[in-house]
Amino acid sequence: MRMLLLLLSLLVTPLVWAQATGPLIDALGTDDFAAREQALAALTETGDPAIVPALKALEGGALYRRLADDKVLIGREDGDGIALTDPLTGTALGTEPAGNVALIRVNNRLRRAIGASLGALTLRSPDAAVRRTAAEAVFVSRDATALPPVDTALATETDAKVKRSLEQARAAILLADDTLPTDTKLASIATIADRGGQAALALLNPLTGSTEPAVAKAATEAVRLIENKLAWAAAAQNIIYGLSLGSVLLLAAIGLAVTFGVMGVINMAHGEMVMLGAYTTYVVQEVIRTHAPGLFDWSLLIALPLAFIVAGGVGILIERGIIRFLYGRPLETLLATWGLSLVLQQAVRSIFGPTNMEVGNPAWMAGAFQVGDVTITYGRMWIFLFGLIVFAALMLLLRRTPLGLQMRAVTQNRSMARAMGIRTARVDALTFGLGSGIAGLAGVALSQIDNVSPNLGQGYIIDSFMIVIFGGVGNLWGTLVGALSLGIVNKLLEPLAGAVLGKILVLVGIILFIQARPRGLFALKGRAIDH
Amino acid sequence: MSRPDPQHTQLYLDGVSVSFDGFRALNNLSLIIMPGEMRAIIGPNGAGKTTMMDVITGKTRPDRGTILFDGDTDLTQMDEAGIATLGIGRKFQKPTVFESHTVWDNIDLALAGKRGPFASLFHRAGADDDRILAILETIRLSARRHVLAGSLSHGQKQWLEIGMLLAQEPKLLLVDEPVAGMTDAETAETARLLREIAQTRSVVVVEHDMTFVRDLDVKVTVLHEGSVLSDGSLDHVSADPRVIEVYLGR
Amino acid sequence: MQGGILLPRLDRAGLAFGAVALGLAILIPVLNLGIPADSPFHMPPHVVALMGKYLCYALLALSVDLVWGYCGILSLGHGAFFALGGYAMGMYLMRQIGPRGMYGHPTLPDFMVFLNWQELPWYWLGFDHFWFAVLMVLLVPGLLAGLLGWLAFRSRVTGVYLSIITQAMTFALLLAFFRNDMGFGGNNGLTDFKDILGASIQADGTRSALFAASAIALALGFILCRWIVRSKLGRVLVAIRDAESRTRFLGYRVEQYKLLVFVTSACMAGVAGALYVPQVGIINPGEFSPANSIEAVIWVAVGGRGTLIGSVIGAVLVNFGKTLLTNALPEIWLFALGGLFIAVTLFLPRGIVGLWTDYWAKRREKQAASITPHPVTEGP
Repeated sequence: MRMLLLLLSLLVTPLVWAQATGPLIDALGTDDFAAREQALAALTETGDPAIVPALKALEGGALYRRLADDKVLIGREDGDGIALTDPLTGTALGTEPAGNVALIRVNNRLRRAIGASLGALTLRSPDAAVRRTAAEAVFVSRDATALPPVDTALATETDAKVKRSLEQARAAILLADDTLPTDTKLASIATIADRGGQAALALLNPLTGSTEPAVAKAATEAVRLIENKLAWAAAAQNIIYGLSLGSVLLLAAIGLAVTFGVMGVINMAHGEMVMLGAYTTYVVQEVIRTHAPGLFDWSLLIALPLAFIVAGGVGILIERGIIRFLYGRPLETLLATWGLSLVLQQAVRSIFGPTNMEVGNPAWMAGAFQVGDVTITYGRMWIFLFGLIVFAALMLLLRRTPLGLQMRAVTQNRSMARAMGIRTARVDALTFGLGSGIAGLAGVALSQIDNVSPNLGQGYIIDSFMIVIFGGVGNLWGTLVGALSLGIVNKLLEPLAGAVLGKILVLVGIILFIQARPRGLFALKGRAIDH
Repeated sequence: MSRPDPQHTQLYLDGVSVSFDGFRALNNLSLIIMPGEMRAIIGPNGAGKTTMMDVITGKTRPDRGTILFDGDTDLTQMDEAGIATLGIGRKFQKPTVFESHTVWDNIDLALAGKRGPFASLFHRAGADDDRILAILETIRLSARRHVLAGSLSHGQKQWLEIGMLLAQEPKLLLVDEPVAGMTDAETAETARLLREIAQTRSVVVVEHDMTFVRDLDVKVTVLHEGSVLSDGSLDHVSADPRVIEVYLGR
Repeated sequence: MQGGILLPRLDRAGLAFGAVALGLAILIPVLNLGIPADSPFHMPPHVVALMGKYLCYALLALSVDLVWGYCGILSLGHGAFFALGGYAMGMYLMRQIGPRGMYGHPTLPDFMVFLNWQELPWYWLGFDHFWFAVLMVLLVPGLLAGLLGWLAFRSRVTGVYLSIITQAMTFALLLAFFRNDMGFGGNNGLTDFKDILGASIQADGTRSALFAASAIALALGFILCRWIVRSKLGRVLVAIRDAESRTRFLGYRVEQYKLLVFVTSACMAGVAGALYVPQVGIINPGEFSPANSIEAVIWVAVGGRGTLIGSVIGAVLVNFGKTLLTNALPEIWLFALGGLFIAVTLFLPRGIVGLWTDYWAKRREKQAASITPHPVTEGP
């Protein structure tokens, strides 16, 4: 990350500087260590951040003098020769045989000087982000030689954030020096405490045992504050993890909320609809890989409608072929669909094999970003958003479309709906297809974070049922709240009890909850729903 | 409305309210049934008739109000089975009998006696045959006693259910629409049966069928929006302008 | 459905069942022990063990039928009671190994030595006594069923809700028993048993005795179930199954009835598991898998729910089919099992026994019709 910023800053550096600093860099080619140090000081004087790569190369033993013209260049061993680049512009200058260049050596003294010079240079970079990164580097290294450049930089710094980082770096350096007066120490502790985080904790912890009571007290207090803050940050991180898990559970359960919650059909093969969605994603990616690799980043978006159609189509077949004969017999439906789940698993196993399938993440799913102390991966964020979008779309479909109206009419009063001319059989098939199709969509998302194997769905079926019941059957909002809260509770329990025990506790918790509120979190009350 | 002393009443409801998600099914309902009294309850759909049955029999808990049985037993704290063993029988709107049991077994299961699982496990068959026969005679199903209840006609099921209530020997019978779906002959027969039953116990009948209510010839209470709108003889309440408005108006 | 008119016929079948089971308990050991190994009538020991396994499954199916067929409680967690009974027996068998384990520790089972445990956890105490293990075989499943049932029936959790809760229960136990720190051998479970009641577990005589014990346990279980379902209690159970709230309004405390029969059934399942473990030689957390419990339900459905004998027939037939298929065409088995679930629920809702009784009922009707050409029917 830091390298990236450095490179960016190099690109924007005006080229004029390069002409002035060029000869100064060549001065580093001298044989005398003392002269080299002077050359380094002269370079540092320029304050030109463009020399940073050259200094780094010098420090890392990759700066060479070309014997032909005494030019100092950055080199990289390339086979028998040395590949050379211009230290300022980065342009490649071809490969010379090793005998045509001489490595510029450094001793310890020079190496320290280079470190300080690098710090000072980047501290004066025109780019605030680079300056801040440099200050952070000083904070971590706590190198006393960096103190003068930090002080110089502090005197001229105008950016508030960079200034804070500089002050913190300064305080970190000062804290290492036990000979300083108590007041300075206290001020430094205050600055570090203000910063917070694990690094600050590492700096302050040794001071809690200081012989100076005031320092020890201040440090102890600061440590307590920071630990408190860290605990909150950890909780926040866990809640983010929990929301992420919750969105996965939501995706798995939301289709079931339609088939089980709205229609009252116990579909034990629901997990297999999810699995079909995941395998659809796999097939789409395979086709893209062999025929149009450029489309890979689009693979998930292409897979979504296909997964919906595949799972939804299979769902409609199941409804027409099996479930419609079993309406009003929930326990039989449960058994038949369980049998179906075995058949589907075995079918997929026979076609694709029992092993996990490789489903790749598109570029936009990879990586992470930071909010405060909390890290969020893009993959998890997209899945969370996707879960909410699917939920919202389903809500709109049920509330705002004629099909949704018919679905609600049929589930509330079948015979009345039929009497009003609604083709209930068709609505049943479509509703079941909708629920299954949503499961297929969930499969696309889950293919990104879980193993795509024939057993994929089995891992979600019990959780999904528990969530729908927990939230209150027939209540989509209940499913949303249920999934997210279970996800969060699960992740908050994990650090305390471990992953497996945490899950067991959640299961037992739901079992007990259902005893207390058999109709779930958001139960409909009244005479009509009683049996 | 003056509040009579609950002491000598069979059933005493005072200020009973129930609401479902904001909908007031019962609204400050007060009702008194005396021992040996037969009462007909009428009212339009949604008047709270079935909910009233539910709160008396313990299926639904009232939000507020007092329900006393025999003047002193608080029903709001008891479950269905406890209330049933106290001596309150209930007939559902839809006839509910045990369809995979014979007519005989249906009555046998309903007979007053010990209700615990171990008592049932060690129960000796044949001890109560005379009582069962007598009840089958009353409900005119003696000839079909070995037939599965599921194969009875609709009217026969209604009678079997009434027979089961008799076997329970309740002090108070709650009957929900006993003649719905019956032929005229069956209806008349049912009215006769209920009057016979009412000679020895209190009966509350909820009914829509006005001919049937007239046949019963008892005091009528009209419910509307969860509370009592009017009561008296059928002629009296039919003349009540508020009742007329509820049934015909709007 | 399977009420009064069918009972006499089924009862005859029931009595015959007891006799057949006891006959098997004698016959099979004789075929195994009494006949020389080169005779075509000799029964090899692995077949004895296999048949013993079927009988344990039959007892499990019987326990499922008692709650599902007669009381309408579709338990998807009976495999958990089976496995708990099995673990209780397995713990006894582990203690019997004594110092003969791989690590030679005098009291600790191998897996505890492997995990560096210093002493036996408190819940392993007592399992060196057979009587204690037998007590736990009944008590542990019974208590769990009692607790779950008390909670669920009291709050009137019924139908699929109850099914899913029981499934969640067995799933939670599956996860729990996979944990090493539970002290039940984790993933590998309990195995490497040496002897039972002093007799080597591998010996032919022990296998035959275990088979006989399974047959007798099945017969006793069957007689117990017959007794329950033919008593007034059984009729109350069917009443609950068909019209729960009617039963309540007659004054029956439905939850007490359900609890009694659920606990009884769980104890039976525990016994089945306890007999199963010494015959297969291992118990591991896989036995808690929800799939196992639901498979037991399909045995009952195949045979015919609410008939008792059907559950036994179904368990033996399906498992025999499983043995044949998994040997010959392993990849077909799940198709066959899945297809069986679907076919039975769609086309054979009353199972094999239902098919049989329907056939006889129709024949009898035909005969009756031929004697009285105008059957007396009541008015509408």
